[in-house]
Amino acid sequence: MKIDRKVTYEEHLDPGFLAEVERMSGCREIETCIQCGTCSSSCPMAVYMDIPPRKIIAMVKHGFKDEVLKSFTIWLCPSCYTCQVRCPAQIKITDVMYALKRKAIEEKVYPSRFAIPVLDREMSRLIASNGRSSELWLLLRLYLKSRRPFAMLKMAPLGLKLMKTGRMSLRREKIKNKAQLRSLIKAVKEGAR
Amino acid sequence: MNRYAYFPGCSLKGNSRSYEESILPVFRDVGLPLEELEDWNCCGATAYFSVDDNLAVAISGRNLSLAERANKDIIAPCAGCYLTLRKSNEFLAGKTTSAAKIRSDLKNSGCEYHGTVKVKHPLDVLKNDVGLETLKARVRRPLAGLKVASYYGCQLVRPFTDFDDPDHPTALDDLLAAVGAAPVEYGAKTRCCGGSLTGTIEEVGLRLNYILLKEAKRQGADCLATICPLCQFNLEFAQDKIVKAFGEDVRLPVLYFSQLLGLAMGLGRKELGLTRSIVPLKSFYAKLGNGGAR
Repeated sequence: MKIDRKVTYEEHLDPGFLAEVERMSGCREIETCIQCGTCSSSCPMAVYMDIPPRKIIAMVKHGFKDEVLKSFTIWLCPSCYTCQVRCPAQIKITDVMYALKRKAIEEKVYPSRFAIPVLDREMSRLIASNGRSSELWLLLRLYLKSRRPFAMLKMAPLGLKLMKTGRMSLRREKIKNKAQLRSLIKAVKEGAR
Repeated sequence: MNRYAYFPGCSLKGNSRSYEESILPVFRDVGLPLEELEDWNCCGATAYFSVDDNLAVAISGRNLSLAERANKDIIAPCAGCYLTLRKSNEFLAGKTTSAAKIRSDLKNSGCEYHGTVKVKHPLDVLKNDVGLETLKARVRRPLAGLKVASYYGCQLVRPFTDFDDPDHPTALDDLLAAVGAAPVEYGAKTRCCGGSLTGTIEEVGLRLNYILLKEAKRQGADCLATICPLCQFNLEFAQDKIVKAFGEDVRLPVLYFSQLLGLAMGLGRKELGLTRSIVPLKSFYAKLGNGGAR
């Protein structure tokens, strides 16, 4: 049996984490959290989370950067905004979760084949190159990049049903003015930090 | 002149084409024919905000600018597009330095945007612009007594909606009641379907949608009415698996609200894309009686 220290010492915390998350999320109210737990009790995904939303907010507030960014919680947030509209302290919790996802990507501390960030990344790539998403091609990329060929096979019966009802197409959707979208994306990226 | 540009989004051109097929004739018949926004791009949905928020706002800014140039407001039937366009619209109107930067990037790429476009959902337009009376006047085959569970999901009612309540919305119930249906008390009406998580973590997709279907069934609903392509898909595609996983027959037809309105207005099943349902609709049509003719 391995004995690990269960308490994080202050020297391992990141004192600048709160300010960074406030900046990235555009939410200045994190500090005013009263730990009432409305977020955790409203969250449809809390039962699957390793750290419930209330605790995430407390940990952000106190600089537990590693623990927060490596949690599954941030990826399990489906952006339903229930916590956000109910929070008595007006903390934009969903926007905070988005900021934490971006931070985890920036610092490369998420599991590389974990399907949720893979889907986000592949969809944004597809849009950046074609201007539109095409469901079938997005799913193919998702299963390839998250290395789950069997999950793809399991989807075959559904694929057949969708094909039969005319709900699946092999077409790659794209916009006409791709050049404009590309120049816009380039301009936005250039000025960023 | 119609002041709305129709923003279909990727889903309504993909597996949710029956939403487009039904929303277009319904709007045509209430006297507000919809024209598609020329060369729109994908809104980016939840994915882009998880990767790069400035880019997420910028690509939506391009759509807003296209509508502004055509001097139109946007109608977005997909709840994801609706939220993303509204969120970006609000961000671009802000005084932050990143908002100013994106506005100037838009301008330099030939999509200048001044912030004049409003983004609306068809539910809002039908209830508040077209009005329940106009809708009632269009009814040919009232959905007499059809018990419907109105499912609003998340992103239409939270956090940007200005026409309904985020926890207890009623617009969908009101529209369905206007065409003769009997909306049931549906406590799960704004509970999340899991969004894109159903494609990434199967257990989550099955559990969340089981809860939604079970509650609708318990309230005696004959079908669910949805307003979002992803909700419709999530609720429908795994019903067989859900029955197997939870040992309970919670199967129910999951229709777009526009398909139900269309049926009441006397439009044909095929015209409304009802032939694309994965769940068999035979017993549903039987309940409609004469209302389900053709």
